[in-house]
Amino acid sequence: MESLGVLLTVPMNSYLEGELSKRCKLFRLWETPLENRWQFLRANAASIRALVGNSVVGADAEMIDALPALEIVASFSVGLDKVDLAKCRERRIRVTNTPDVLTDDVADLAIGLAIATMRRICEADRYVRSGAWKNMGDYKLSSKFSGKTIGIIGLGRIGLAIAKRAEAFDCPISYYSRSEKPHANYKYYSSVVDLAANCHILIVACALTEETRHIVNREVMDALGPKGVLVNIGRGPLVDEAELVSALLEGRLGGAGLDVFEHEPHVPEQLFGLESVVLVPHVGSGTWETRKAMADLVLGNLEAHAMNEPLLTPVL
Amino acid sequence: MSAENPAAETPAVERERLPPVLLLRPLSFPFHDALATKFRLLKPWESPLPRDEFLAAHAGDARALLSFGPSPTIDAEILACLPNLELVVAFSTGVNHIDVAECRRRGIAVTNAGNAFTEDVADYAVALLIDVLRQISAADRYVRRGLWPINGDYPLGHKLGGKRVGIVGLGSIGSAVAKRLEAFGCTIQYHSRSRKPSISYKFFSDVANLAAESDVLVITCALNTETHHIINKEVMLALGKDGVIINVGRGALVDEKELVKCLMEEEIGGAGLDVFENEPAVPQELFHVDNVVLSHHKAVFTPESFQGVLEVVMGNLEAFFSDRPLLSPISE
Repeated sequence: MESLGVLLTVPMNSYLEGELSKRCKLFRLWETPLENRWQFLRANAASIRALVGNSVVGADAEMIDALPALEIVASFSVGLDKVDLAKCRERRIRVTNTPDVLTDDVADLAIGLAIATMRRICEADRYVRSGAWKNMGDYKLSSKFSGKTIGIIGLGRIGLAIAKRAEAFDCPISYYSRSEKPHANYKYYSSVVDLAANCHILIVACALTEETRHIVNREVMDALGPKGVLVNIGRGPLVDEAELVSALLEGRLGGAGLDVFEHEPHVPEQLFGLESVVLVPHVGSGTWETRKAMADLVLGNLEAHAMNEPLLTPVL
Repeated sequence: MSAENPAAETPAVERERLPPVLLLRPLSFPFHDALATKFRLLKPWESPLPRDEFLAAHAGDARALLSFGPSPTIDAEILACLPNLELVVAFSTGVNHIDVAECRRRGIAVTNAGNAFTEDVADYAVALLIDVLRQISAADRYVRRGLWPINGDYPLGHKLGGKRVGIVGLGSIGSAVAKRLEAFGCTIQYHSRSRKPSISYKFFSDVANLAAESDVLVITCALNTETHHIINKEVMLALGKDGVIINVGRGALVDEKELVKCLMEEEIGGAGLDVFENEPAVPQELFHVDNVVLSHHKAVFTPESFQGVLEVVMGNLEAFFSDRPLLSPISE
């Protein structure tokens, strides 16, 4: 695909970048200073037939309009909230993402965050590293994880993988989804508030769309309650972050394990002093193994497109 | 008086009729009141007499001894002061602080926490492993220091799925760890004193061989003279540069000096440790590296585990004093 002009939006993965550079005509969007962006895009518009974006910089309407030759958007992510799908549909631009290869890692992290938050593992690590462990009798109790009811918002691939893992801890599973899933053997709630009121740990695993923005709002957090724990491995805007901060500070919500935030890389500083939260910088798919698999999927989709073959993981 | 109302006072005359149980140190947690409703607790430290004299004076009464915490060790010397002792009830799973051989010689039964702690310790081991591989505590530190906007994305971690996990000691806790990790797509194999015929996991009679074919070792065996430093230099080198050790057993199961050396020299990939050889002392070199997760021996510290072990302890004492079979005698 040497003639395929590919616009890479950010330096998301050095292996991917290396391969694109070797096999295609690569344009690196971030190398041009912001003020010259549109000029740069205009100058290369005729050549750019493919765009590779991620959860940080995708392909919004403005970008797509600036690229009249764009044929395919291959996202280095499973979430497509940063791609204007309506615009792509209108322009008949193909869109691919990276499902399945990252499911396990994201589900593993969801459980890891849940137990770390309940059992105060990061707090323990901080305590020991500070040299404060001087007495043998100096303990606080933390919340048991096994057997606690898990509520999952969004029972897609990732939601199901989370449920499978939680079942090994004898956790009863319930979920909210746009519609009940007949094949799922878990308790369905048609309202997120009801789900939150009836579970101990609420895990957000749905896609971010116009409908799901702030799906976890103050009412949901109050229903989850002072002993409840929220885990978000979806997208930051799924949770009303300002309400989350006040709920945690006021003790209306027991704790939170967060991989995503409304304005990454910025995390509300009021959370930094809390022992009831675990904060990680969007590392859900961040393993060597998975990022390589994601990169290979992006490359495979681009290759298929260049050869006029069926795309591997098309969304549009 | 019932265990549901432990704070209610037992009248003195009734207390005298309760079966006597010897303690050697105060109970730091809210176990005292519940026990005091059913048993007359003998407390040497509340007496002006030195302990040996107290024990001699109460030797007749002391048929049952409660062992709470790793000290004092229940050694031959203490046992020699208690000729009527028939039962030692431990609050822990591990009984390495009790001279079980001497107890056996003297016909003294020993009970432990049974399965009270199994789930919480297994959960903790799994969480430590995910933390080490996915760098949760290290990444949390990164975020709290405000480094995400400055230094960008956090370095990549390692996938848990597909990892070969070697369980050292496939008892109830080891089995519970195995059950959980299977759901994450790990391959389970184990070392135990002997092969378990009903188990389909691959058995290794030699720990170094297990290590050579594993990506992770989870240490969940009892500490005794045979298992002291069972995780030694040979095992660590066999595990290799990407290998991870999770220890929720006892610190002395691992040669700690060697572990630190291997970590510093990158001969192994990382470790998650809830226990250490000389608690509360932790090798300070570990405070400055990101590939270890450190915890202060608290895997059992949940309300459910505490309630569970109290029930097991009370149950064992009640069974003993009514000549019924003990709930959780240790097997040797």
